[in-house]
Amino acid sequence: MMPLNLAQFEYLAHGALWTVGLSLIAFVGGSVLGFIVALGRISTNRLIRLAAATWIQIIQGTPLLVLLFLLYFGIAILGFDKLPAIISAGAALTVYSSAFLAEIWRGCLQSVPKTQWEAADCLGLNRFQRMFQVILPQALKIATPPTVGFLVQIIKNTSLASVIGFIELAQAGKVVNNAIFEPLPIFLIVACFYFAMCFPLSMWSRSLERKLHVGSR
Amino acid sequence: MSAVVSLRDVHKSFGAVEVLKGVTFDVGPGEVTAVIGASGSGKSTALRCVNALETINSGEITVCGHKIHDPALDRRALRRDVGIVFQSYNLFPHLTVEQNIMLAPRSVKKLSKSDARALAHEVLEKVGLADKAESYPEQLSGGQAQRVAIARSLAMKPKLMLFDEVTSALDPQLTGEVLRVMEDLARGGMSMVLVTHEMAFARRVANKVVFMHKGKVQEEGPGAMLENPQSQELRAFLSNGL
Repeated sequence: MMPLNLAQFEYLAHGALWTVGLSLIAFVGGSVLGFIVALGRISTNRLIRLAAATWIQIIQGTPLLVLLFLLYFGIAILGFDKLPAIISAGAALTVYSSAFLAEIWRGCLQSVPKTQWEAADCLGLNRFQRMFQVILPQALKIATPPTVGFLVQIIKNTSLASVIGFIELAQAGKVVNNAIFEPLPIFLIVACFYFAMCFPLSMWSRSLERKLHVGSR
Repeated sequence: MSAVVSLRDVHKSFGAVEVLKGVTFDVGPGEVTAVIGASGSGKSTALRCVNALETINSGEITVCGHKIHDPALDRRALRRDVGIVFQSYNLFPHLTVEQNIMLAPRSVKKLSKSDARALAHEVLEKVGLADKAESYPEQLSGGQAQRVAIARSLAMKPKLMLFDEVTSALDPQLTGEVLRVMEDLARGGMSMVLVTHEMAFARRVANKVVFMHKGKVQEEGPGAMLENPQSQELRAFLSNGL
């Protein structure tokens, strides 16, 4: 027995597409911001280090749900026009991802032995060259599995954007359910969509991890 | 003739521990100076200070005309004149042997790719590893890796080479191939300072041996000094150490 008609199923699929879109915005935005924060965390300047650490602590200590409310309703209360839900959701997820990616990447950058910095320094490479030609290529290899793993978290967290009315997969499920009230099949389908997005990424992350361990043996 | 390296009453502390307690010695141009001493005598720290990898607390160090103790030291100019090889090779694992060597000439000296490659092959030839250009560091033996590290430094055409216990991680057989490369360099007139445990090598190749003990230069002299140690400490070191 299939309680959903084709139009309702398409509506869910459309929501899933927005979940992918929002995830991409969060990942790209979070990567750019997170990379800058990660560099800040290992800066030689104490103030920059402190600022980056503070950013990470504040964001990691705040629920994503609250960030979403702040960037959607909060901005309106401050007297600005309410931002479109996609912008608020994208911004909140970007900010959220930046803190976590920064911390993942800081660890990866710092796991490259200090002697590599020193060797590059002694060859006369400047700070920028040392970072981009010696440290980053090595850190990138270490960073790939946990980064792909975090992408899974981002995808699942986009479901929170439904609270500000953004019609991604979870919200689409809610809308369809309001129309036909068949929560079990509807949210099973929603869960399957999420699983279909996350499972391949989890597998990929694991296989990358395995490859990395073989490489470093 | 002015010295290539000159240390004057150099003091260096790590926290409350004073590692160098007034170190003074000179290295003349074209000279090979071997710094020997027990672990913890400060010999590696002294070498790191020469290359401005550690900041000294007081005293003066001049290297190829660069005043290391001066806060306004132009580190990049210093790096152009001084090469250093470490015990742990510190090759870049993500680059091939050739790319390891080409990196600094290309990035720092802005050599063209073809010039840098020609240079890489020239220095690899010198250390007897021309056939390893395409290999990755993990595919090399310790002795080969260390020779590549030497070649990488040589590609920057330094006026002075520093060697920090470069054979300490190698077994005797591999030690030999690295020491031969260093001996060739010395014959070619390169100014060198090496921190080493290879007494036979120090005796044969070094123009000057500096024996450090508890953060000070206890005794210095020509290689022959090792056959006729004056101080009690050097006698004890030579009989215990080997």
